Amino acid sequence: MYDKLWLIPLFPFIGFLINGLLGKRIKNEKVIGSIATLSIFCSFLVSCHYFLQLLGDDQKVHEVIITSWITAGPLHVNWGFLLDPLSGLMMMNVSGLATLITLYSIGYMHGEEGYFRFFSYMNLFAFAMLMLVLGNNALVMFVGWEGVGLCSYLLIGYYYEKQSASDAGKKAFVVNRVGDFGFLLGLFTLFWSLGQKGVWTINFTEIAASTQLLENGGLIVTIITLCFFLGATGKSAQIPLYTWLPDAMEGPTPVSALIHAATMVTAGVYMIARMNGLFAMAPDTMMVVAIVGASTALFAATIGLAQNDIKRVLAYSTVSQLGYMFLAMGVGAFSAGIFHLLTHAFFKACLFLGSGSVIHGMHHAFHHAHIHDDPQDMRNMGGLRKKMPITFITFLLSTLAISGIPFFSGFFSKDEILWWSFASTRGHWVLWLMGAVAALMTAFYMFRLVFMTFFGEQKTDARAKDHIPESPLVITFPLMVLAALATIGGFLGVPHVLGKLFGHVPNLIEHFLDPVFEHTQHLHQLHAHGTAATEFSFMGVSVGIAVVGIGVAWIMYCKNPQLPGKLVAVFPKLHRAVFNKWYIDEFYDALIVNPTKRAGTVLWQIFDARFVDGIVNGVAWTVKGVGKTLRYTQSGYTHNYAMSMVIGVVAIIAVYVFN
Amino acid sequence: MITITHYMAVSAILFSIGTIGVLTRRNAIVIFMCVELMLNAVNLTFIALSSHLGNMDGQVFVFFIMTVAAAEAAVGLALMIAFFRNGDSVDVEDFSLLKW
Amino acid sequence: MEILQLLFFYLVAFVTIVSGLCVVLCKNPINSAISLVMTFFCLAIFYVTLHAPFMAAIQIMVYAGAIMVLIIFVMMLLNQGAEVVARCRHAVVGAVVAAGIMMLQVLVTLKHGDVSGVVGPVNSAMIEEVGHTELIGQALFTDFLFPFEIASILLLVAIVGAVVLAKREV
Repeated sequence: MYDKLWLIPLFPFIGFLINGLLGKRIKNEKVIGSIATLSIFCSFLVSCHYFLQLLGDDQKVHEVIITSWITAGPLHVNWGFLLDPLSGLMMMNVSGLATLITLYSIGYMHGEEGYFRFFSYMNLFAFAMLMLVLGNNALVMFVGWEGVGLCSYLLIGYYYEKQSASDAGKKAFVVNRVGDFGFLLGLFTLFWSLGQKGVWTINFTEIAASTQLLENGGLIVTIITLCFFLGATGKSAQIPLYTWLPDAMEGPTPVSALIHAATMVTAGVYMIARMNGLFAMAPDTMMVVAIVGASTALFAATIGLAQNDIKRVLAYSTVSQLGYMFLAMGVGAFSAGIFHLLTHAFFKACLFLGSGSVIHGMHHAFHHAHIHDDPQDMRNMGGLRKKMPITFITFLLSTLAISGIPFFSGFFSKDEILWWSFASTRGHWVLWLMGAVAALMTAFYMFRLVFMTFFGEQKTDARAKDHIPESPLVITFPLMVLAALATIGGFLGVPHVLGKLFGHVPNLIEHFLDPVFEHTQHLHQLHAHGTAATEFSFMGVSVGIAVVGIGVAWIMYCKNPQLPGKLVAVFPKLHRAVFNKWYIDEFYDALIVNPTKRAGTVLWQIFDARFVDGIVNGVAWTVKGVGKTLRYTQSGYTHNYAMSMVIGVVAIIAVYVFN
Repeated sequence: MITITHYMAVSAILFSIGTIGVLTRRNAIVIFMCVELMLNAVNLTFIALSSHLGNMDGQVFVFFIMTVAAAEAAVGLALMIAFFRNGDSVDVEDFSLLKW
Repeated sequence: MEILQLLFFYLVAFVTIVSGLCVVLCKNPINSAISLVMTFFCLAIFYVTLHAPFMAAIQIMVYAGAIMVLIIFVMMLLNQGAEVVARCRHAVVGAVVAAGIMMLQVLVTLKHGDVSGVVGPVNSAMIEEVGHTELIGQALFTDFLFPFEIASILLLVAIVGAVVLAKREV
């Protein structure tokens, strides 16, 4: 029934091959863009088919083995796919968003150098991400995991002739290597420790079935899960490995939307959800996950408060929102985390694409007026709502969603996470407090962004201000779809208390994901407990927080635009610290990067130049010296050669005689 | 009683004399003759052992050695003529081109 | 009778070695060549005493006849005369020492070793009866037919090579 599952990743791969191999000859942008979009769209259609089939199926977990891959001793790895509610949701998310964003890119990337390169990378990314999501064992997932890392690197460094872009690409790659190292260590340890118990496997369903062999809460499980979590922090930009994501904004905006907001960066969350049984067995790791998630949510939000680059604000917002997802994972709210992953994918993709639309317009205007201002700097914007009405409306809807205004999607998902972080058996009020403060800041900086960009006076250079167009339909259409999803997507996961209030509206998503998480949650008693009244009051507080954040932003950036300047004057040091991202990059440079460079220099000058080269040159010198000495034996006189032959004969006979 | 050892001893002495000649003489033709001497010493051992063991193989070997010696003589002497034409000498110490 | 045989053997052996030494020691190559012919004759005598009359015959015909004529012919063609300059002393000493050690080693081996090998059916009575030539011929044209043919090719190649090398202009 599900045996054609391999078609899903195959289509983008074909698209990648066509555009990657022939794109340079095709030249026609429309053809290239259509091939890329259609190939992902085909994959989306197949995904829809199987998703609907899965919805109507009683059995919710299906494994499809394509062929054997590695057989070594007790290790048997297959190329295989796993379709269950979790991977089904992710596959829909990935293929659907990739379709929309590739469509958007046709407009956005118009006229760029290396157009075909961009689209072939995008298709390769979709292929790798689908492999990651659908893989039935950790190694296939790892192939996808590395594949998306590669595509991320390639696309961040898309404008490779720009120093900052290629640096950012390298940074993303290197930081991700640290995480991948953790992933691999975790995988090895898991394989080994399960093997000690007689089960040699890296297959997800088999792992899930045999986790009870390991000691609950034991050291081994904690180490394994911590290693996997390190992998997740790298890919999903959590403390301490988040620094690459803001720099990744050097890539084209659709890339930021697809890879660095909606899909790839959520791979870590997905991985934890995929291994929920394992993580639930390690309460210590869960605590670490929750704390790291909450801290990242709070920390990134503070940095987001003071950035002026429109994409950087969104980048820090992404880091912060990913923190929420990890917080959810950490307190056992797996389905809430996945739910937030989905809603975040909708509204953040919409926000990024909206910002891309704005940048596109600004760039167009600046280009038209021959000005070299930064088209991404919000201080150059303002009052754009009249120039770009569709962009503005979609952007506003998504912003409302992320801020947690009731009945927008972000409200449901974020609120559920906050509720779980307080009321779960693994929750704590401190975690809730951190999440709530981060929510306040989120509402503030997001509306700061909206007010600075779309409201108030137009601060654009006078020569350019009349040339800012609304983007074409190919750009605005994905915006509208995503805005609609961001607005209504929340009704997939209406909390139980609200559902009862409105007459038995079920929490669809939680119910759908039950086959994946119910067993674990039941086994480890991961439940949120509290009265309906408490939950309502928490919801009220959340809404209040959002409204306060929006209100403050309105006061500071609409009603009284001089206020921010005054505040900066009062707290100059604080502002500088926040503006410079708490000097974390500089701190890492001083703590890790520069010592590594120095160690590299030392190793180069001493170990490589002296020792390794010494060995190599030493061999050459020895050979040369020996040759110099031995060449005197080559006198050219026949007698000498005959003499050495006779000596050899004497020696041989001597051996014979004395034996 | 003449034993096999007697013939072998004569052969060994002849072989050594031939070796000394190869190592000490400078005239290429004389060296060539010394090589022939060594070959004949070996032939003697072959025939002595052949008749001692009652096996004809050794004598057939000698037959082939003579064939090779004849071929060697033809080619070797032709080489010497070529040498002589080239350097007006058959002294091997005048030909030390095979060196660094 | 045995004493006579032994005496004869020692006489021939003495002449062989002395003429062999002459080959090495004579300054004039012509003298060396004549001594070599003498050595070949002595060896032919040894072959006869070893019941190999056919080998003795071709020893005289091929070696003492053909090869030596060729050598002497070349000598006269090149008209060399005696060696004027001898090799340096330590080279000579070294050569004598090396060859001497080799001889001693072989003699020691002969004294302590034992001869062994594939024993065949041929004995002196059989040679008297069948004839040495026929025995050689049988071996040559049955077991050693292939090497025999190869040897003929070798001779052909040697002839061609000699002609090519000795020709004045190629």
